[in-house]
Amino acid sequence: MPSEYKLVLRHVDEAGYTNDIKCYQKHGGYKTMKKVFKLKAKKTKDGTVTPQEVIRKEVLTSGLRGRGGAGFSAGMKWNFVNRKSGKPIYLLCNADESEPGTFKDRQIIHKDPHQLIEGMVIACYANDINLAYIYIRGEFPEGAKILNRAIQEARDAGYLGEGICGTKFNLEIHVHRGAGAYICGEETSLIESLEGKRPYPRIKPPYFPAALGLYMCPTIVNNVETLCNVRHVMEMGGETYAALGTPGNTGTRIVSLSGQVKRPGYYEIEVGKATLGDLIHGEEFGQGLLPGRKLQAIIPGGSSSKVFKAGESFKIKAKDKQGKDVEEKLELLDIPYDFDTLMKCGSMSGSSAIIVIDDSVDIVEALGNLSDFYAHESCGQCTPCREGSLWMAKALKRMRSGQARKADADYLKHIAHNIQGRTICAFGEACAWPVLSFVDKFRDDFVKKGAEDEASLANQQKEEASN
Amino acid sequence: MSFKVTKTIDREANRLVKNYPEKRSASLMVLHAIQEEFGYISKEAEVWAAEKLGLKPINIHELVTFYPMLREHDPGKTVVRVCRTLSCALAGSHKLHGHICDKLGLDKNGHGLQRTRDGKFGVEFAECLASCGTGPVMMCNDDFYEAVSNEASEEILKKYDA
Ligand SMILES: Cc1cc2nc3c(=O)[nH]c(=O)nc-3n(C[C@H](O)[C@H](O)[C@H](O)COP(=O)(O)O)c2cc1C
Ligand code: SF4
Ligand code: FES
Repeated sequence: MPSEYKLVLRHVDEAGYTNDIKCYQKHGGYKTMKKVFKLKAKKTKDGTVTPQEVIRKEVLTSGLRGRGGAGFSAGMKWNFVNRKSGKPIYLLCNADESEPGTFKDRQIIHKDPHQLIEGMVIACYANDINLAYIYIRGEFPEGAKILNRAIQEARDAGYLGEGICGTKFNLEIHVHRGAGAYICGEETSLIESLEGKRPYPRIKPPYFPAALGLYMCPTIVNNVETLCNVRHVMEMGGETYAALGTPGNTGTRIVSLSGQVKRPGYYEIEVGKATLGDLIHGEEFGQGLLPGRKLQAIIPGGSSSKVFKAGESFKIKAKDKQGKDVEEKLELLDIPYDFDTLMKCGSMSGSSAIIVIDDSVDIVEALGNLSDFYAHESCGQCTPCREGSLWMAKALKRMRSGQARKADADYLKHIAHNIQGRTICAFGEACAWPVLSFVDKFRDDFVKKGAEDEASLANQQKEEASN
Repeated sequence: MSFKVTKTIDREANRLVKNYPEKRSASLMVLHAIQEEFGYISKEAEVWAAEKLGLKPINIHELVTFYPMLREHDPGKTVVRVCRTLSCALAGSHKLHGHICDKLGLDKNGHGLQRTRDGKFGVEFAECLASCGTGPVMMCNDDFYEAVSNEASEEILKKYDA
C-alpha cells in the first residue's frame, strides 16, 4: 500500500513545530539558501557558467512542474525569461489558492512560511530578481499576517534586504492581498491586480509574463508549493529530486482530498506513486466512503477539471518493457495520481484537489453548484464567458427547481462549446469543462430529470384543461 | 463609521505606497486599510485614495465595484461569510447558512449580503474559502471557523454579539 511521502510538509503538523524563524532554522531552515550563495562560477568548454545558471540547470534537471494548475516545467518557465531586456525581472508568488477543492497552500503559509521565503530567495537569486511579491487571497488575513511577520524575521536575520548574507544580492519581498476574486489566480489577472487595475486577464500572445509581465517587465509567476519545492531541489540536487515520483512526473505533490470520504485532508505523495483508489480508500489517506454509500463521481484536479464517473475505464497509450507503443486499459481507481496519466484519461490533476461525490448526491445539483461559482467569478471581459457562464448557471437553476427539459442536456453543451476556445483566458475552459463532462458522463441523469419535469408539467396542463 | 482622514490611515497609505515601484499598485492595499478602519469604502474615501495615489476616482471606484470583499456600504459590524461551494455544500453549508439566517431573523433565500436591523451582523455566502477538507467553513470578519455545526454556529455568533 503506498503511503505519504513528506517533503514540503515534512514538519507541518509535527508536534512542537512552530512557524517562527528559530524553529525553522533548528530544523535546517535557510541552510540550502546559504549553500546556494556559495556556489561558484564554473568553467566549461563552452565558457563560464554562472552560479545563477547552475541553479536554473538544477531546477530544469529536477523535472519540477508547476503545482498551481497547468503543470508546466518550472525550469523551462525560468528559461523563457527575457534576460536581455535591460528591465528589472520580478517574481510573483501565486498564493491566491481559490480553485474549489484546493487547500494545500494554506497549510504551508500558516504552518511553515519560512520554507516559502527560502524558496523565493533562491528563485530570486537564480533569476537576478531584486523585488518579489506574494499575492495572497483576501480571505487569508491570518496568512498575510503570518507571512508579514516571517518576512520581518527573515529581514532581521539578514536574509532579505541589502547584501544578503554578505553577498552583493539584494531582495525585498512584499505581501499583496487580493480581495475575493477567483480570477486573480490567473497569472495575467494577478499581474493587473498587482498593478492596481481591474484584474482583467491579458491576452497571450503577446502578454506572456516571461516577456511582458508586471509593468511590462519580464516576470515569473510560480505557485507557493512550486517555490517550496525549489528549496528541496537545491537541497538534494536536481537528479536526486527527479528520482522521486515517476519519470516526467517528478517529486512530491500535496493532494487536497475533500467531499464524501471518511478522512478528508491534505496528503503529500510522490507524484504518480499513489492511485486515485489509494487516495480515496487507503488507510493513510481518505479511508473510503461514508458507511452505506457508493462512489458516483470523482473530480480529480479542482472544480475546473473534467469529472470522472464511477466505474469508468480508459484506454491509454503506454510503452511496454521494450519501449514499444502499446494500448493499456486502466480502471478509474487505478489511475496513478500524476500529471500525464490524468491528462491521457481526459482530465487533469490541475491544482491536485480531489472532490469525491457519492451516490447520495443529485448530480444536476452538484454541477449547478459549480456553475454558480463560475457565473459569479467570470471577470466579464469576454462575451462568451460572461454571458455563457451565466446562461449555464441559470439553466441549471431552472433544472433544479422542477422545470427541467429533456433538451437541457444539449442546450448546456451548446453553450459550453461556444465558450471554450473563444476567450481571453483559460477561465473559459474552466467553466465549460465541468458542464461538458458532467452532461456527457451523466447524460441519463440530466435527461431523466428533464423527462420527469416535462411529464409533470404535461399532467398539470391536462388537469388545468379539464377543470 | 464615516470616513475621515486620520493620521493612522494617512501614515498607513504612505507606508504602503513605498512597497511598489508604481504608486497605483498600492490601490488594493490602501483600500483594505480604509475598510479595516472604517468598515467600508465611501465615496469620500474613494476620492481621498485616488488623490493619494495620483489617480482619478473612477480608477478606485472600478476596483471597489469589482472585488467581492470590498464594500461600498456598511455591511454590519460582523460580516459572516459561509462557504457556498461544492465541498462545503456536500458537508451541509447551505443548512448552516439557513440556520444562521433563521437565528438572526434574516431571509435564508435572500440574495447577496443581508444585514440585521441593529447593524450587528451582515451575512452572506462566499465562494470556496480554501479549507474544503473541513467543511462547512465560515468566517466572522477575519476569524476563520471550520467544521461548524448548527449548534456551534450559535456559540460563535454569541462571541460577536456585542
Ligand atoms: C482561472 C484560473 C485560476 C487560477 N488560479 C490559480 C490559483 O489560485 N493559484 C495558483 O497557483 N495558480 C492558479 N492558476 C494558474 C496560474 O495562472 C499559473 O499558471 C500558476 O500560478 C503558475 O505557477 P506554477 O507554474 O508554479 O504552477 C489559475 C489559472 C486560471 C486560468
Ligand atoms: S475568459 Fe472569462 S474570466 Fe477570462 S478574461 Fe474572458 S471573461 Fe474574463
Ligand atoms: S468548498 Fe468550502 S472551503 Fe472549499
